[in-house]
Amino acid sequence: MSGYDPALVRADFPLLGRVIHDHPIAYLDSGATSISPASVITAMSHYYENSHANVHRAVYVTAEEATATYEGARRRVGRFIGAPHPDEEVVFTKNATEAFNLFVKSWGASQLRPGDVVVLSEMEHHANIVPWFQLRDQIGIEIRFIPVSDDFRLDLSGLDELLVGAKVVSVTGMSNVLGTINPVRELADRAHAVGAILVVDAAQSVAHSVTNVVEMGADAIMFSAHKMLGPTGLGVLWVRREILSAMPPFLGGGGMIADVTLEGFTAASGVTRFEAGTPPIAEAAGLSAAVDYLEKLGMAAIADHEAQLTGHTLERLATEFAGRVRILGPSTLEKRGGVISLDVEGVHPHDLAQVLDQFGVCVRPGHHCAKPLMRRFGVVATARVSFGPYSTLGDLDALFDGLHHAVGVFG
Amino acid sequence: MAGMEDLYKEIIMDHYRSPRNRGELLSPPATRTEGFNPLCGDEIVVYLIVDDGVLTDIKMTGQGCSISQASASLMSAAVKGKPLSDVRERIDTFKALMTVHEAALDGEASDAVDLRRLGELAALQGVVKFPVRIKCATLAWNTLIQGLEEISPT
Repeated sequence: MSGYDPALVRADFPLLGRVIHDHPIAYLDSGATSISPASVITAMSHYYENSHANVHRAVYVTAEEATATYEGARRRVGRFIGAPHPDEEVVFTKNATEAFNLFVKSWGASQLRPGDVVVLSEMEHHANIVPWFQLRDQIGIEIRFIPVSDDFRLDLSGLDELLVGAKVVSVTGMSNVLGTINPVRELADRAHAVGAILVVDAAQSVAHSVTNVVEMGADAIMFSAHKMLGPTGLGVLWVRREILSAMPPFLGGGGMIADVTLEGFTAASGVTRFEAGTPPIAEAAGLSAAVDYLEKLGMAAIADHEAQLTGHTLERLATEFAGRVRILGPSTLEKRGGVISLDVEGVHPHDLAQVLDQFGVCVRPGHHCAKPLMRRFGVVATARVSFGPYSTLGDLDALFDGLHHAVGVFG
Repeated sequence: MAGMEDLYKEIIMDHYRSPRNRGELLSPPATRTEGFNPLCGDEIVVYLIVDDGVLTDIKMTGQGCSISQASASLMSAAVKGKPLSDVRERIDTFKALMTVHEAALDGEASDAVDLRRLGELAALQGVVKFPVRIKCATLAWNTLIQGLEEISPT
């Protein structure tokens, strides 16, 4: 693609200057957390060095700046995902997992009744499973799962039956294990047709393709700043205004109230009623800078770049490791992102990852917080390679050097 | 810096490729104890037969990485046929090996652990240089401890 120079992008990321076991670091674990460009780190330092004050409280200059930074981040990230009303729809949380918990415990507990149906999928992250189970154990909802087919796609052949009685469909936009990109728009239309809302786990997809909540047809989405080049400690929940207005507060405390007396309290209106206590202000500044950086590169260009790397990896795996490596995920680029889960014959993922570390290669071994999906495909763990905007062909060379070595040691 | 040769010693690879005492025992009379590592999904089942204060037989099934499988195999070879007092001593020595203070890592083995008494188990010494992998090595041992507790609570 024109104008996208991975070497230049790489130079923006201080961490990529590290040398690990005498090899330049090959960071291939962006699915777990992405790394940050200098501009994100600078934005956070800038807040601490110049405007470190609390938000929404005092009237002095630095406090005004802190509030402007924090609320600016809300608008910035809201525009990034195409939110029609960022100020009234974007809630900051601790991470995507907390965003799920907030939504389930607020919307779910107040809007669902015993017997109501929640439809998830077999490829969900535990963050989109466990809170629903907790709610089921509290109020007796029914949870159903869209199965995953042998070709690693959602099997929608039985969706009509699954949707009977459904009030919410909650699925991932892109699997953190398989790399599969799900047909979110189709799911939205079919959920809405039966009066259900659509919730989308955007944690994996948000940093790797264009996100537009209106075009998706979503009613709520969740994601984390740290998977989109931003800092840890900050998650985002976007909820369509009409739905959010009916949601009771989540955590109680300062910042989320309109009034407190010795008799009780009145919750604040608007998104701040979900943000009790001092929020992650520096992290919000970092997220704004991360969004600036992503948009400067261009989400379409990032998607193209990562697709190229993914295609290259799939090709090399097929030619160099045919019969030795099973890919848990689609084997072509169609509707799949830059997450590649490997099951290498005779080499346990932990051993593989340990050998790769010796080559400076960072991959994630384990069940990726998706144990139902692991069971579905009969594995306890995989070694997962995942890309970011800064990933290069050089990273892949290191990966394949390590793979050949591991197969030599354990094969 | 710790290298791979510290971790994947020949003895460990041998026990990984050709695990000793693998299989099942009829339970009862054998005790059957399951162990899990929820972080990585590794699992093990340990079968024990204790007769007159002696661990007369041990067999194991399960799946996991080379370190967990080799540690299990080494353990079974070290304790099979031994009086329970010896078994417990082996367990204590192994635990000491796994909890060697980090300050001692770059130098000699801790004074607390007599490597000569460990025999082949000493091959697991390198694991402590890879703190994330210690839990792999200890899974079988913790399951053995649990199994012995069921037979004769201490």
